[in-house]
Amino acid sequence: MSLTGQFLWVILPYLALSIFVLGHLYRYGFSQYTWTARSSEFLEKRQLRWASQLFHYGIIFVFLGHVLGLLVPAAWTGALGVSERLYQEQALLLGGVAGLLAVVGIVWFNWRRWSVARLRRNSSLGDYLAIALLLLVIALGIYNTLLYPLSHHGPYNYRATIAPWLRGFLTGRPDAALMVHVPATFQLHLLAAFLLFALWPFTRLVHLWSLPLAYLRRRYILYRGLPPEAR
Amino acid sequence: MRIKAQLAMVMNLDKCIGCHTCSVTCKHAWTNRRGVEYAWFNNVETKPGVGYPKRWEDQEHWRGGWALRGSRLELKAGGRLAKLLTIFHNPNLPTVDDYYDPWSYDYETLAAAPPSRHQPTARPRSVLTGDAMQPAWGPNWEDDLAGATVTGPQDPDLVGVEVAFEYERTFQLYLPRICNHCLNPACVASCPSGAMYKREEDGIVLTDQQACRGWRFCVSGCPYKKPYFNWSSGKAEKCLFCYPRVEAGQPTVCAESCVGRIRYLGVVLYDADGVPDAAAAPVGELVARQRALFLDPADPRIAAQAEEAGVPPAWIAAARRSPVYRLAVRWEVALPLHPEFRTLPMVWYVPPLSPLAGDSPGTVLPDTAAMRIPLAYLANLLAAGDPSPVRRALERLVAVRRLMRRLTTGEPSEASSDLPPDELEELYRLLALAKHSERFVVPPAHKETAADLFTLRGTAGLDSEGGVGGWGAAPSPPRRP
Repeated sequence: MSLTGQFLWVILPYLALSIFVLGHLYRYGFSQYTWTARSSEFLEKRQLRWASQLFHYGIIFVFLGHVLGLLVPAAWTGALGVSERLYQEQALLLGGVAGLLAVVGIVWFNWRRWSVARLRRNSSLGDYLAIALLLLVIALGIYNTLLYPLSHHGPYNYRATIAPWLRGFLTGRPDAALMVHVPATFQLHLLAAFLLFALWPFTRLVHLWSLPLAYLRRRYILYRGLPPEAR
Repeated sequence: MRIKAQLAMVMNLDKCIGCHTCSVTCKHAWTNRRGVEYAWFNNVETKPGVGYPKRWEDQEHWRGGWALRGSRLELKAGGRLAKLLTIFHNPNLPTVDDYYDPWSYDYETLAAAPPSRHQPTARPRSVLTGDAMQPAWGPNWEDDLAGATVTGPQDPDLVGVEVAFEYERTFQLYLPRICNHCLNPACVASCPSGAMYKREEDGIVLTDQQACRGWRFCVSGCPYKKPYFNWSSGKAEKCLFCYPRVEAGQPTVCAESCVGRIRYLGVVLYDADGVPDAAAAPVGELVARQRALFLDPADPRIAAQAEEAGVPPAWIAAARRSPVYRLAVRWEVALPLHPEFRTLPMVWYVPPLSPLAGDSPGTVLPDTAAMRIPLAYLANLLAAGDPSPVRRALERLVAVRRLMRRLTTGEPSEASSDLPPDELEELYRLLALAKHSERFVVPPAHKETAADLFTLRGTAGLDSEGGVGGWGAAPSPPRRP
């Protein structure tokens, strides 16, 4: 196994994962005041209405697709009677649609942030980096899903290489050999994602963890009392 | 019954002169910072007009407050699931242009301009972009009915009211507004993060700056549009009822600085268990039911129950001297702002008397039947369209004037009031003569042991980085492009 392979598919992803986890813990523990979605709807609402909903709903289904395609072994779906061909077709169709929604949304986000003066002048480096990296990762993903099969006589079977590598990575048994011969655009999709995950805790993307599901079960009016020693 | 204490305010619109001192002192205390340049925790509107933000009272558009679904009370913008489904784009959120595009002036040019044939000027620049701009809307753009022929007819309170926008026939009144620190706050109910809360001990509604995640539903959920989105920090901020001051027994900055002495602060006791029912009352009963929620602190049984519920004795004593209770409940001259929003606001208003409409030579005192300000307009503002509580309040204000005129001039007075003369005189003293200590009955909170005060020196409440207080940075000047 080459040193480069070990670095790219073992050291680098674990480094990114470490920064991802520790970065979140640090920011949540020491910088609650900065933990916000940093919404810009208040400054620009007309474009956001479409861009945000396209992107967010698109990316949710893209994420679910990744869980299905990468974390569920091919043997399991096969046991359920889903043939490889059927899997590939639904991945192309559903994944393609969700990916297109997300890519339109993220392109629009980037365009909006650069073209609207109120946003351009009041954005942090993190704001620009987050949406630029998301665009890169999603664009590579769309290429791999929709365009790669056209130029390579059919889709690439990532369920035989990337998926087992990811499962090994997440369970502590990474096998870089699985990744070395993966097509370059797939490799780039992953490398860009590593960078995105490493930057994640330091950008507005942390708002993902604040999805307020607890609100669904909460009473409406909240009271807070004094600490017992002050009563 | 679950008795709670609430700090409440009454503003006497009959005495407001629209000087904006409250707004200015509040701004200097709380919102003189980047991200909230546009925000006025206290603002004064000239009515009729669209107000700030524009047409804030139109809940068919903004969908703030509560609405009855059958007999059940629900947030007008929709319940919890509806909130989560619109979390990527809040359709009811105003943008900064609904308030105004904040600007500052190029003051540096005045000092730094090279010698030239013409005077250098300080051009207005947008605080948001730094670009030169021509302000076309701003705070108090409608001050003293400026442009009222254009914006006045768009006032949502004019429904069913005939108004002439001609100089000799029109009317105006000032409406100072702060957060109402409601008993049934829609902002608190709308906050998905649980960052907004009502203080158990005094009912002040606050935003936890650490817990706020910037979802912005408080801004759209509040029918009075009094939580503000800090576009720089990405968090919501609102009127704090100057809690660092009232905890020390001082009035809020807006009340303290009021030149016309129109503001009253005091404690009211209420039944927290009765809030949902009062909020869901039929339209015609809203004022009466909201008023009935307040408990009589002079009743020994109420006082005993309040003490049992944890209200400190000093607070019960303060509730007995409360000018708010006297004006809003005992004499019924104060009314809640837009009770139909069903949030149970805790800032109540004494409606303004106004000159007689048309020519009435020889008439000295106002007559509620022929006032310049239409009764229906005040009813839309303060009584969900029901003129009877407004007329009652105005008649008592007129009765005070009649009585005092008779006592001063010896002229016989023709009409009588349902209030006995000694009560009318007491009302007169509270409205006209009351000293600082009678207008502001604010018991200290005695929080000396609540926190490590040594580390809290110089802090004020909104004291995050760049915030208010000893750690706050000076606001940055507008950037040049």
